[in-house]
Amino acid sequence: MQSSNMINYDYSVAKLFTIATIVFGIVGMTIGVLIAFQMAYPELNNLAGEYGTFGRLRPLHTDTVIFGFILSGVWATWYYIGQRVLKVSMAESPFLMILGKLHFWLYILGVVAVVVTLFMGITTSKEYAEFEWPIDIAIVIVWVIWGMSIFGLIGIRREKTLYISVWYYIATFLGVAMLYLFNNMEVPTYLVTGLGDWWHSVSMYAGTNDAMVQWWYGHNAVAFVFTVPIIAMIYYFLPKESGQPIFSYKLSLLSFWGLMFVYLWAGGHHLLYSTVPDWVQTMGSIFSVVLILPSWGSAINMLLTMKGEWQQLKENPLIKFMVLASTFYMFSTLEGPIQAIKSVNALAHFTDWIPGHVHDGTLGWVGFMIIAALLHMAPRMYKREIYSKKLLELQFWLQTTGIVLYFSSMWIAGITQGMMWRATDQYGNLAYSFIDTVTVLHPYYTIRGVGGLFYLVGFFMFAYNFYKTMTASKVIGEEPQSTSPMAA
Amino acid sequence: MEMETIRELQAYGYAFASVFFALILYGYVYHLYTSKKKGGTDYEKYSNMALNDGLDDTPIEKIEPLQEEKQMRSNK
Repeated sequence: MQSSNMINYDYSVAKLFTIATIVFGIVGMTIGVLIAFQMAYPELNNLAGEYGTFGRLRPLHTDTVIFGFILSGVWATWYYIGQRVLKVSMAESPFLMILGKLHFWLYILGVVAVVVTLFMGITTSKEYAEFEWPIDIAIVIVWVIWGMSIFGLIGIRREKTLYISVWYYIATFLGVAMLYLFNNMEVPTYLVTGLGDWWHSVSMYAGTNDAMVQWWYGHNAVAFVFTVPIIAMIYYFLPKESGQPIFSYKLSLLSFWGLMFVYLWAGGHHLLYSTVPDWVQTMGSIFSVVLILPSWGSAINMLLTMKGEWQQLKENPLIKFMVLASTFYMFSTLEGPIQAIKSVNALAHFTDWIPGHVHDGTLGWVGFMIIAALLHMAPRMYKREIYSKKLLELQFWLQTTGIVLYFSSMWIAGITQGMMWRATDQYGNLAYSFIDTVTVLHPYYTIRGVGGLFYLVGFFMFAYNFYKTMTASKVIGEEPQSTSPMAA
Repeated sequence: MEMETIRELQAYGYAFASVFFALILYGYVYHLYTSKKKGGTDYEKYSNMALNDGLDDTPIEKIEPLQEEKQMRSNK
């Protein structure tokens, strides 16, 4: 062997991003619960003047959980998995260490800029792309630095072949880079015309074209932030934690290319029954249905990885989180295509069924996978066992109950809403006014808020468990090969 | 160009793309599942990269570092 026995994997950047994941998770989800209750109890909009209104807080919720919690989780796991499957330590390259830390601190500066501007009401008004042009430039710089980190580490690797997770991380990098650049092409009004504030901009595209680019971006943000890097995580952490090789590596490759090819065409389903060309709508609809195949290819591959080892589901809470994450992935990748069928969409579009669907995926699939990933990493990064298995079990059931409350209430609310909007009397007049639907939906909005609160309390339990693992848990002598050690 | 011609070209394009991509898909599946038998790559061995991921574990397929890089690493 080479001199590697003197070097260890360096997790300093992974640790920084891990802490960021937990902090942004708490912030983003707390705002989420607040705005959920605002939907049920509108007077909660008046807690903090203009800064506490739903309109101000909603982008802060979405952007904090997507670009704060999830992206930090993606980067924490990249700086952990990347080294391990490429069999090279970041400590071997001072350049990569500096780059990693620069990546983290510039990113934190970017987050501060986003939070301040969104609270001030400075926004481009494009969903999930609300940041004004100076912040967009900063984000591009952060992204390029991450790319340099990825390819830098690959450049000094000892393992010739790239493990499937690395493919997924590369796809995340390339996919988001392309989407972000094209959707954020904007004209700074002050610089071009002398009008408006210096930070203000308008989109370079107009009308329907803007909508098409926006939803090509918007849906693929789901692809390349909620799906692709999370698959990268599960392809590493589930086999590693269970000690079982992936059921079929070949299927993982096939699903990868399938997902890459199909996902990019599905965004049109956000614009069904709008002014975009009919063929774009049909294409979006069809590709969404086809998307079931590669999605289920990955998910089934994960479940079959547990073949013959299902007793671990009972014994190990981390396996429980990951298996349920995979199951929620299957669930939401079936629900999404169903919603994208034109006739179903005629009922579902603009209703609460849509946020219900999104949260199956984000709370069940993304959230659970990131939680399991960080907890798997903790004993290896801090050389301590996980603080409490009991707390973890309790967290699991509380959060699972929260998710069920969330999506079941939104199913009922969404379908009720859709039916009421469409209902007409015998003369063709609308049977209900908008406020009629609001009155009927009130209990379901309350249930959704309670479901979100359960999930948030569970997340606080996770944060506490993680903090105690870092600081007060029993020290372990040797790195565990598979199952993570945890105190009862 | 006449609308009818455009529609005809679209139909040919659509038929070609469907066949072409289906062939690529099944060709790739065929390659993956016959490669080992034909003496090519055994893809399943790569699964072990996640399981044996210690810095001292033997790589599945080792990459030889350049001579000067080797020197640099051993000097540390």
